Amino acid sequence: MTEVGLFIPCYVDQCYPQVGLATVRLLEKLGCKVDFPEAQTCCGQPMANAGVGDAARPLAERFVDIFERYPYVVCPSGSCTSMVRHHYADLLPENARLPAVAAKTYELCEFIVDVLKISRVAGAYPHRVGLHQSCHALRELRLGSGTERRIPGFNKVRGLLGGLDGITLVDLDRPDECCGFGGVFSVEEEAVSCAMGKDRLADHLRAGAEVVTGVDVSCLMHLDGLARREKRPLVIQHVAEILAGAAP
Amino acid sequence: MTAHAEKAAAFVANDARMHWHDTAVWHIRTKRDKASSAVPEWEELRTQAAALKAHTISRLAEYLEAFERNAVRLGAVVHWASTPAEHNAAVLSILEKRGVKRLVKSKSMLTEECHLNDFLEKHGVEVIDTDLGERIVQLAKEPPSHIVMPAIHKKREEIGELFHEHLKTEAGASDPKYLTEAARGHLREKFLAAEAGLTGVNFAVAETGGFVVCTNEGNADLGVSLPPIHIACMGVEKLVARAADLAVFLRLLARSGTGQPVTTYTSHFHGPRPGGELHLVIVDNGRSALLASETHRRALSCIRCGACMNTCPVYRRSGGFSYDATVPGPIGSVLAPSREPERYAGLPFASSLCGSCDDVCPVKIDLHQQLLAWRHELSARRLTPAPKRLAARLGSFVLRRPWLYNLLGFFGRAALRWTPRGLLARLAGPWGRQRELPPGPRRSFRAELRRRRAGA
Repeated sequence: MTEVGLFIPCYVDQCYPQVGLATVRLLEKLGCKVDFPEAQTCCGQPMANAGVGDAARPLAERFVDIFERYPYVVCPSGSCTSMVRHHYADLLPENARLPAVAAKTYELCEFIVDVLKISRVAGAYPHRVGLHQSCHALRELRLGSGTERRIPGFNKVRGLLGGLDGITLVDLDRPDECCGFGGVFSVEEEAVSCAMGKDRLADHLRAGAEVVTGVDVSCLMHLDGLARREKRPLVIQHVAEILAGAAP
Repeated sequence: MTAHAEKAAAFVANDARMHWHDTAVWHIRTKRDKASSAVPEWEELRTQAAALKAHTISRLAEYLEAFERNAVRLGAVVHWASTPAEHNAAVLSILEKRGVKRLVKSKSMLTEECHLNDFLEKHGVEVIDTDLGERIVQLAKEPPSHIVMPAIHKKREEIGELFHEHLKTEAGASDPKYLTEAARGHLREKFLAAEAGLTGVNFAVAETGGFVVCTNEGNADLGVSLPPIHIACMGVEKLVARAADLAVFLRLLARSGTGQPVTTYTSHFHGPRPGGELHLVIVDNGRSALLASETHRRALSCIRCGACMNTCPVYRRSGGFSYDATVPGPIGSVLAPSREPERYAGLPFASSLCGSCDDVCPVKIDLHQQLLAWRHELSARRLTPAPKRLAARLGSFVLRRPWLYNLLGFFGRAALRWTPRGLLARLAGPWGRQRELPPGPRRSFRAELRRRRAGA
């Protein structure tokens, strides 16, 4: 049985418990033993994103201390995973234990595909779904090839979703444009942030999506906030919920 | 609000125009996608270009000296300038010594950076920008809003009005072909009357002393072929080591910038033409400070293709002027704080850090990482707003204490759950203006998990 330390982003813990629970259900269904260390709070990304390294550093240290003991660390968020994997090194250049922790920290879908070597999760989801490609999952963790680079195409998240019975993944005009969340950007540059988000929603609606999904709750929180305010007929759901068998 | 955020909000406020700009610039990104798809070794070329630039930059002083030696051998006169003032003075002195009063210019972002036009005009020299886009913004008394397409922010109807006023085209005319013909006629007179021509430099080759200027309109060639004096202005970073390196860069430049396989004109200059003069003005203006920074050195690799602007979802929706810098967009936000950190401390925050720019950059500059690095540097130098730094420290204080985090989480969720929707949106400030807040569930994930595992 693969033992997993579950890393749940702070705002998911507080506001989106169903995403965490779906992650547990999904990992257990796939044969993992899931442990959630309660000492965890936040990876420090908001502070690092604001440029305040000394505020982020102690949180990075805590993370290494808390998750060091697990063979794998799994997180239902691309940007929080990328924070650990790609940005902790700048905060903790001297920490000898960090590289091992960073290397074994995975975003949920990439863990399923790359570590568990599962390319198809059993289940049905007979709905029209738009996949929002969260930027850090796409361009930092490389969960997909992206439209910018001229390399053979692949997409780990789309692959998993596409394996569900009855699902239709819609084709977007701009398949991997940013939704405009961007951490502090979402409030500091509220006007552009919301314009970007509305344009994403419009693209999904044009493509006939009923559900918008993605690997990052932060992007989805922003899109959901806009969709609800504008009363758009879209359900926003995290990939973990869909793969774990939740209805829209 | 940062200066960028304010200007961006004003740009976004005109929804139709913002979307028109977004669509126009995105169109160039799609052309770039198509053009790069036609080159099977595209990613290999990018890797090579990045390595070539890194190498050249690592020995920049040597290559600059070699370039100077070879350029002089070919008959050019080389002028060195460490500041915009020195650059402008060098150009003026060349013109004054020869009594030149009429100068034609092809596109040069360096002369924009040095504000050469204003300077020369103050000293009685007529300066005519001959690139169509540059001429449009010059007539409109505006700076360029994009480094490759200077007038991308202008609709053709507005260009029609501008031309009607300045070039006496028919009122209300907005047909691009008609307007372009009018500009051609107007510029032709200026070319014929010019006493000197000034160009930028896309690539300067150390081993030959020659340099390359890329244009689509042939205006650089006309501008330096009619008058006897050619002045070429370049930043120190324009160097490549060998002529063979051009084979990599020229394949990347136009495909990345406009989606063309190559610019219509790629002109190589090796010394002055018979009976003429060739002056090279080589400018530092803060570039050696970038060279000294291990983190930001790679930004010197930029070949000014503009691809990062075209792909940037923020640039497309905020417009070039929102950056208030000579070079806008992601690369501009990396370059500007190096030169004027106080003035441009907000620019590294004018990005959602989506990273699309890194992946279109033909020389693989890690632009979004550079922006993030700037945030850290500017914050450490206390050039970011104090409340932002304080908020991050308070957040960190709470998040280091799970009990406090859980307690505040409990109250926060209760507030989200019980506060009336309208009030909540107002309390949430910029988040709540156009967005609903996240839900406030009764139990956090950890509490829920604990309950379920306890069999409740």
